Amino acid sequence: MSGERTLAWWLVFLGMLHGTVVFAGFFAPYDPAEQDRQNPYAPPMRLHLVDTEGHLHMRPFVYALKLREGAFDQFEDDTAHAYPLSVFVRGSRYRLVGLLPSRLHLFGVEGTRFYVFGSDAYGRDQFSRLLFGGQVSLLAGLLGAGLSLLLGLGIGTLAGYYSGWKDEVLMRIAELFLALPWLYLLFGLRAFLPLAVSPLETFFLIIAIIGAVGWARPARLVRAIVLSAKERDFVRAARGFGASDLYLMRRHILPETKSVLLTQLAILVPQYVLAEMTLSFLGLGIPEPVPSWGNLLSNLQQYSVLVSYWWMYLPALAIVPFFLGYLGLASLLRERRDGCKIERAGQGSVT
Amino acid sequence: MRYVLRRTAHVLFLLIGVSILAFLFSTLAPGNYFDEMRLNPQIAPETVVALRSQYGLDRPLPWRYASWLNSVVRGQMGFSFAYNSAVAPLLLPRAGNTLLLTITATLLAWGIALPLGVCSAEQLGRVPDRLISWATAALLVIPDLALALGLLVLAVKTGWFPAGGLASVGFESLSLIHKIRDLALHMTLPVVALVLSVLPLLVRHVRAAVADVLDAPFILAARGHGIPRRTLLYRYALRAAANPLISLFGFSLGVLLSGSLLIEVVMSWPGLGPLLLEAILARDLYLVLGGVLLSGLFLAGGNFLADILLYWVDPRIRTEGHAQ
Repeated sequence: MSGERTLAWWLVFLGMLHGTVVFAGFFAPYDPAEQDRQNPYAPPMRLHLVDTEGHLHMRPFVYALKLREGAFDQFEDDTAHAYPLSVFVRGSRYRLVGLLPSRLHLFGVEGTRFYVFGSDAYGRDQFSRLLFGGQVSLLAGLLGAGLSLLLGLGIGTLAGYYSGWKDEVLMRIAELFLALPWLYLLFGLRAFLPLAVSPLETFFLIIAIIGAVGWARPARLVRAIVLSAKERDFVRAARGFGASDLYLMRRHILPETKSVLLTQLAILVPQYVLAEMTLSFLGLGIPEPVPSWGNLLSNLQQYSVLVSYWWMYLPALAIVPFFLGYLGLASLLRERRDGCKIERAGQGSVT
Repeated sequence: MRYVLRRTAHVLFLLIGVSILAFLFSTLAPGNYFDEMRLNPQIAPETVVALRSQYGLDRPLPWRYASWLNSVVRGQMGFSFAYNSAVAPLLLPRAGNTLLLTITATLLAWGIALPLGVCSAEQLGRVPDRLISWATAALLVIPDLALALGLLVLAVKTGWFPAGGLASVGFESLSLIHKIRDLALHMTLPVVALVLSVLPLLVRHVRAAVADVLDAPFILAARGHGIPRRTLLYRYALRAAANPLISLFGFSLGVLLSGSLLIEVVMSWPGLGPLLLEAILARDLYLVLGGVLLSGLFLAGGNFLADILLYWVDPRIRTEGHAQ
């Protein structure tokens, strides 16, 4: 089956992307909060193979930065000394996946700091912040989507299984949640919750808000499936043999919702990552100094940054592959479920 | 007529439900505007208590809800603590600016998506369809935020478009034509960002809906009668495919309203976005509530319009109305 193989490729692609984020400590050369006040807004450094005298080096190397004559924020290469790039170097301490203490980094440069994506106002390495920020943003997206689906599954199953007034009430409430544009709803919920709390509390607060906003759509989808599933002959037969409600739901009805839930997960995760980014970008989400994809970009709200330091925009491009991976996966899953040739794109997000 | 009445009642019910939910939630949540005032040593505790009672925050929830409803009926929509004024005069000019963006973007997006989607469906699997599919997929994977910021970087680098705001300095002194030109220039970037963010969704749905219809026997029959291609596609096929697309209209409006909220902040467009953001940061309860409910009203208005359109286009719904 070529379909299976494509699915496997998408999963490998996504797995590799997430791997770099999960093991951010290893792939990032520096600690995300480590400052270098001598080099604020340093531009991305280039790897060289040939030095200014025309000698070819076996190892790629970088030049340190120095301030251009008469400028206070313009850097140029200091060609006096070449710093070779090394792999598997010992650098700042970190805990791998939050557990294993380690000092090993994939790459690094001795003697000067190496900025792949440039540095921010405090001279923090943007590349390291991008990887560590991914931990926050992706985890928020995944947990938020999980929460939404769990709520949607529970409420949808209840509504579909016990039709009647319970169904009516639950679906009316779902309608209330769908009556507002999602970002307004997100804003509304955020407005009534405390603003100045610790990063960790904010993180869980954000997940709760994002998860609570999106349960209505999955709940409706699940309800529709449960409604049709409970009228199947084998379900009726099982009920006739005296199966309890709980057994029927667990054994016969919930498995039917699996493919829808998987598709919804692939659709919701990028949406929720974007929701976290939006909140953090606007200053309503994860606060500094903890990096997240949203607050990495929030520097760009300042006109001077936008004009002078274009590399602050690089994180926005670097996250595109993640969205590509999830959307590819979602459309593939949807195709498999529909089993038809014409791709009914975006259907899951509308129904 | 009965259909219209039923839809209106539905919208009213929804808005009231949302407002009750919002009120309930606002009491459960800790903290309000005056809590921060209480921390300020320059303000006497008695003053805070007096202010609280002046705004009725010490009264029970049903009383507050009733008085808020009363002020909505009088066209004030509650009272903003931070601006010390009624909410409606603060919200309405901003809402006008938001609608200007959203409506322009909606019209443009549908205006572009319909021909593209129809073309794609007609050429299903051939080169134009492939090209359009690739382009929409590429647009789909770029997050709104990255798109808006990218456009802004572009604008700043090239200097072709103003990098934000609604009008240039000295807007008042311009002649009418220059005013329109100035406004159009300022609107270009936010509208382009909005259109691009919703376009892939629309094109894909139009393509799927029209492709479904093009398989139908009546299309073959119409083609056999020698009806010209363009008439066939746009008058017969598109009309038959209209039902799912019209329901998509309301959804697209919701996406655009949300997108507009973010893009207004990014591009400093004086709409609801920046106002709401400030209101949240200042814990200005009624202002946030007013803005959120207003967005619900817009969305409901859009859905209402879609329902009317559907009623007009789809004879099945009309007969359903008569049968009752």
